[in-house]
Amino acid sequence: MVTSNTELAYNSKIEGEVIVSRADAVINWIRSNSMWPMPMGLACCAIELMAAGASRFDIARFGAEVMRFSPKQADVMIVAGTVTYKMSSAVRRIYDQMADPKWVIAMGACASTGGMYRSYAVLQGVDRILPVDVYVSGCPPRPEALLDALIKLQDKVKREPSASKLLSA
Amino acid sequence: MPAALDAVAALKGRWAGVTERASLDHPAVNVPASDLLGVLAALRDEHGYDLLADVTGVDWTPGPRPRFTVVYHLFSTTSHDYVRVAADCADDASPEMPTATGLWRGADWHEREVFDMFGIRFPGHPDLRRILMWDEYPHFPLRKDFPLAGIETALPDAQVVAETKTGAIAAPMMGGPFVAREGGINMSDAEPRAKDESWSERRPKPDA
Repeated sequence: MVTSNTELAYNSKIEGEVIVSRADAVINWIRSNSMWPMPMGLACCAIELMAAGASRFDIARFGAEVMRFSPKQADVMIVAGTVTYKMSSAVRRIYDQMADPKWVIAMGACASTGGMYRSYAVLQGVDRILPVDVYVSGCPPRPEALLDALIKLQDKVKREPSASKLLSA
Repeated sequence: MPAALDAVAALKGRWAGVTERASLDHPAVNVPASDLLGVLAALRDEHGYDLLADVTGVDWTPGPRPRFTVVYHLFSTTSHDYVRVAADCADDASPEMPTATGLWRGADWHEREVFDMFGIRFPGHPDLRRILMWDEYPHFPLRKDFPLAGIETALPDAQVVAETKTGAIAAPMMGGPFVAREGGINMSDAEPRAKDESWSERRPKPDA
């Protein structure tokens, strides 16, 4: 890039070739800005999830556009829709196959609490089987709500003591 | 619907057990279980009712005996009308109905659903397993003695159960179900937020 000003953020002539930071800050910066979602689309919320991925809302602005249909490549499971008891074992197994570190967003009323399905067939909230990081209200939530949840999750990730966790692991 | 009425008249002439069934929409007949397959075959081959649109069940509890009825809806793709065929299950304790899979392959999943929801067995069915609930599920949810909220049951996957320590629970009704009946409740009074929300499945209702 040809530009007259190369010193906006970092002046290597003055500050040298070394950047001083904290390990937590670097690790969390890397993790939070490239969260690959596992789209667990189970009902109508998945349509809004798709809208969040499309051009108008563009989840790529937040580094989460790489929907991974293999749990082994995913960082954040977005549970979008009604989890039936029959499906719940599969959801848990897919979560178990995701590599650490991993997070969960419960998108919409059904995933969060069972929603309007007070029924013999529906899991009353996916937090009964998974540790949920962010809940999104709405039936279904608008794509902006999902983006907000993603930003909140990024904030949460940025506060994690990642380095000490890695060292103690 | 003259075609359907003709068919009903022809069926009544041919089988003594066939009677007309009260119906608000389509012509309907009651059929003894023993004549069922013959009646269905006649409707399909002689009267043009070539599409099996639906198979479902009825649990008449606490109404008259016999308790279970299986209902078939047949559609004619030539005259574009329906006829309804209903057959009672003789045995209330282990209800059975001959399978229609020999007439329509499509009856397979319909009958599996009726079995799953009502526990009505279809002798001769090629693969009578549950279709909606998981295989080990012990109840039949659309029977009248099954509560709407469900019954506490273990989940199918033992490893997941060991990991999560959870199972299928009776869903918290919180004063529901919120259904409108004729002359019944006002829906705005019946919203969950108008009810006592001090208890839930995690914080049980105080005894007082």
